[in-house]
Amino acid sequence: MSAATSPVTIQTQRPGVPFSRLVTVELRKMFDTRSGFWLVATSLIISVLAAVAVIAFVPDSELSFGIFGAAFGTPLSLFLPIIAALAVTSEWSQRSGLVTFTLAPHRGAVIGAKAASSIIVAVVAILFAFVVGALGNVVGAAINGISPVWNLDVLDVVYLFIGNIFGVLIGFMFGVLLRNSAAAVVAYLVYSFVLPAILSLLAALQEWFADIQPWIDFSNAQIPLFNGDTLSGEQWAQLGTSSLIWFWIPLAVGVWSVLRAEVK
Amino acid sequence: MITVEHLSKTYGAFRAVDDVSFTCQPGTVTGFLGPNGAGKSTTMRIMAGLTIPDSGSATIGGVSYRDIPNPGTQVGVLLDASAQHAGRTGREILTLSALTMGLPKARVDEMLALVSLSDSEAKRRVKNYSLGMRQRLGIANALLGDPKILILDEPANGLDPAGIHWMRSLLRAYANQGGTVLLSSHLLHEIEIIADELIVIGNGKIVAQGTKAELLQGAGAYVQAADNAALAAALTQGGFTATPKGDGLSVDAEPVQIGQVAAAAGLALIELRGADSAGLEEMFLQLTATTQREGVVTTGGAA
Repeated sequence: MSAATSPVTIQTQRPGVPFSRLVTVELRKMFDTRSGFWLVATSLIISVLAAVAVIAFVPDSELSFGIFGAAFGTPLSLFLPIIAALAVTSEWSQRSGLVTFTLAPHRGAVIGAKAASSIIVAVVAILFAFVVGALGNVVGAAINGISPVWNLDVLDVVYLFIGNIFGVLIGFMFGVLLRNSAAAVVAYLVYSFVLPAILSLLAALQEWFADIQPWIDFSNAQIPLFNGDTLSGEQWAQLGTSSLIWFWIPLAVGVWSVLRAEVK
Repeated sequence: MITVEHLSKTYGAFRAVDDVSFTCQPGTVTGFLGPNGAGKSTTMRIMAGLTIPDSGSATIGGVSYRDIPNPGTQVGVLLDASAQHAGRTGREILTLSALTMGLPKARVDEMLALVSLSDSEAKRRVKNYSLGMRQRLGIANALLGDPKILILDEPANGLDPAGIHWMRSLLRAYANQGGTVLLSSHLLHEIEIIADELIVIGNGKIVAQGTKAELLQGAGAYVQAADNAALAAALTQGGFTATPKGDGLSVDAEPVQIGQVAAAAGLALIELRGADSAGLEEMFLQLTATTQREGVVTTGGAA
């Protein structure tokens, strides 16, 4: 049998799966299910609704591009990290990783492609929100018969991007760390809404904690980014230490475990 | 050629795979047979690099799976047809795989046609698929990159009889063209027809391997006489062991020996045959008896 047929050999010199192809596939996976599509669509729809709400409810005298930026910034900072988390966890929760990691056995590349595509979606969503905000600013000013106020400078915009991309990476971190959709979303929500309150409460009650809080409270350290303030050296340092605790270390643990975890 | 050498994997105190070694040759279909939880799937996941073994190795063509460039185009793998995002359509799942492998979209249509998934079925979401449709999709996914080596875990599970027949001819053609095929099943009759080589696994250990004929050697024969009691007595006198089975006797002898005993004793026979698939089934149950969940009684069943 085997002697009669030419032996099948594995060719090791063929080109592998390039990273760009993995990114294309991962981007497509974010939109090719109803839940994925509507998650992204909802975040965009909300930024449109936010612009409408600003025009409707913000007093004419305060209408400015900055207000629009703040209005769509909040819903985006909620949705984008969840999109990133689900991109990772669905491979385990939906078990599609069985095929994904069989076709691309170098998991680091797949996970990297997921991070890259999450960031691409975030950047596009923010750009979309900016366009909506700018249109809203022009329309709002026209309705109210005033000239539009463009009070966002380049640094504001840069910080808004950095802040949101950081949020996306936080969601991604919870994804690789927990590898379970429900757990990752809950962990992210607790982290972003419950944890800051607990840390603030602790700081209010215990004086010693109030001193160290700026150094370990990551969301607190990020506030200047979202507000578009110029960060001092100390603020950058606090961003560094708190991000080490809440981002870099859990991310390292998460990536390490993803590379070794059994896919079943 | 697939080579598995001294593979072991332990989960806590449970030894799922215990020093498993075997090879699958090009041009053959190898059947990987064992009851539920015997270690088949774990072994196959290790082959595809999804599970890291505690010790031992699994190589394909002498290469570890993760060192195969664009592996989907060289090794077709189906581990669990239901392990797909329920919200994707069948066509979309194949499209994602084709994109990953860098294949043209036309290949997706070819594969859908090959596994007989209609256009409207391909547009449905996988959560609305029957198990048989998922299997067809999974087989299409494994064949997409035109690989020469196939690793399929329970591919016949959920297929209708026509589907099983179709799959057998497909895998046979693959092997005849020089391909290497490994497929697992917990049902003997599903793979005994197609497999050239059988590997029987139970409790994580390989309990038997070889061709069907090799495995059946010494498996005995089945005989039914007009007077079974008289034949049993004659056989026992001749030094054989005869145990009642169905309407006849199971004897640890070759059919020709039984015929001679019956002729010498002047007994009329109704049926006489060597161990066939029923014998193989019995042997399979015996080999894996210690690993079965149920205390299987292998004698006295319908022949």
